[in-house]
Amino acid sequence: MLRADVHLQRGDLDLDVALDAREGETVGVVGPNGAGKTTLLRALAGLETPASGRIELDGEVLDDPASGRHVPAEERSVGFVFQDAVLFPHLSVLDNVAFGLRARGYARGDARREAHAWLARLGLADRAGDRPGALSGGQAQRVALARALAPAPRLLLLDEPLASLDAANQVEVRTALASDLSEVAAVRVLVTHDPVDAAVLADRLVVLEGGRVTQSGSPADLAARPRTSYVAQLVGVNLWRGAADGTAVHLSGGGVLVVAEPRVGPVLVTVRPQAVALHRARPEGSPRNTWAGVVETVEPAGDRVRVRLAGPPAVVAEVTQAAVAALGLRPGTPTWVSVKATELEVSPA
Amino acid sequence: MTRRPPAFVVALGVVAAGLLVLPLVALAQRAPWRDLGAILASGPVLDALWLSLATATAAAAVCVVLGVPLAWVLARMRGRGATVARALVALPMVLPPVVGGAALLFALGRRGVVGDWLADQFGIVLVFSPAAVVLAQAFVAMPFLVLSVEAALRSVDPRYEDAAATLGAGRWVTFVRVTLPMVLPSLATGAVLAWARALGEFGATITFAGNLRGRTQTMPLAVFLALEHDREAAIALSLLLIAVAFVVLVALRDRWLLTSGRH
Repeated sequence: MLRADVHLQRGDLDLDVALDAREGETVGVVGPNGAGKTTLLRALAGLETPASGRIELDGEVLDDPASGRHVPAEERSVGFVFQDAVLFPHLSVLDNVAFGLRARGYARGDARREAHAWLARLGLADRAGDRPGALSGGQAQRVALARALAPAPRLLLLDEPLASLDAANQVEVRTALASDLSEVAAVRVLVTHDPVDAAVLADRLVVLEGGRVTQSGSPADLAARPRTSYVAQLVGVNLWRGAADGTAVHLSGGGVLVVAEPRVGPVLVTVRPQAVALHRARPEGSPRNTWAGVVETVEPAGDRVRVRLAGPPAVVAEVTQAAVAALGLRPGTPTWVSVKATELEVSPA
Repeated sequence: MTRRPPAFVVALGVVAAGLLVLPLVALAQRAPWRDLGAILASGPVLDALWLSLATATAAAAVCVVLGVPLAWVLARMRGRGATVARALVALPMVLPPVVGGAALLFALGRRGVVGDWLADQFGIVLVFSPAAVVLAQAFVAMPFLVLSVEAALRSVDPRYEDAAATLGAGRWVTFVRVTLPMVLPSLATGAVLAWARALGEFGATITFAGNLRGRTQTMPLAVFLALEHDREAAIALSLLLIAVAFVVLVALRDRWLLTSGRH
């Protein structure tokens, strides 16, 4: 069990995060660049010292600045997988994996035997004698995982383990990583900015923005009820903040939406991009919200097309390729947007 | 397309090249090629040769043993202190060696601050001994090793050390098993340059260690002395030193000349 309460400042970043994680659970830390995800992970590893707070792993206090306690990284039972593997270039794959065991006092032969078993477990036994430079990005990342796991850490930290791989490799390595991780008993914390990584690899998500936790929950929770525009973007829904007065919601970014359920006070309004319709001329009929927008970007999403429009309110619509052709949608096209009131989900902010 | 420099620049370049090459050609032209073997095998020359090889190797070893820790400390220093420390370390590279020798004399000579204490406490007198030769050589050669290794240490991605720490390696194990192997090529370059610099050392050696045949008379000192009365021996020794310098440069061509040009 990991209980962490980390406060620290690095440059512009002011990190203040509480995070708990159970054994056998993968907690995904997601957030935009500069949110403090990597710094949080480094603090958990002992590579950064919190200014205040407390980090506790299985009852052992690792950091408690109030009492001056800081267990250095090399004395923590922690495995760390870096973004681009960071394998030691002068050591063979086998000796990379054996490194942690050697450092913890194993004899060379025993360490190598154990390391070999780990490589075999991850299907990489045939690369044992190679230098890291000869590996593909995906193989290097899995060797890095084997290296981190070999000393049997109680806490496994993964910092964007798939970010440095090309798209084709990501799918394969993600699948492999998911099955590798499911066999690890340690507490696992995974940092990512990729919604697919988060959904596939994490049991629970913590959203970090500007050094603070802005939302947490299962991937399904977040997708159903995003509470910040970052999360909305992450899970692919539209989200607006506003003030409700009955069925009218005055959006803080400009514009008014009519919703089905009357409310009062600050609210979050969300709508799936599939429920947003686009028209050449102003559509008639109610109960609909209609407004004029201008197309900003048009990009394929599977067999459909995502269209981002400036508002207010700004909105993402997902339409068919036929609709894109029929409406002549390209950046700069003025377009009418409509959303049924019943498609808008409203929750208190 | 790379454009050729104008004619007058080429002409000046040729003059510069002549300035560098002509003396060597003159030396080779005056060389007693037929008797070269016999001259180099003669007693005084052989003494100087062996003393030079032994002291230069010892000095290079001193540079490695003391210079690597110094480079490690310098590489981790930050701020104005680091700039000052780095300048101090590089000082012997631009200092006239004879000044270095004089400074060593005042520090470690019989009346020197440390030399006095060494003589009183342990009866050790460094001055005019082979040990003094090694010290003088190490003094002038150290910066080559320290600066080479320090630059390499600072260019190592700190995440390698982070990775080693998360794998349970303390600072010493991390340095020996991760950082040092990664800077080994630069360490080798620095050691060879330091050795070559030590081999050619003259000013600091003659000032601090004197010119005693078989004890402190290294090859450069022997060349200087031989110029007075035995020109052929002087030329033979010079050719040998030139040959060594060439071998070192060829051996390091990729590591020092080209890489320093690329950065």
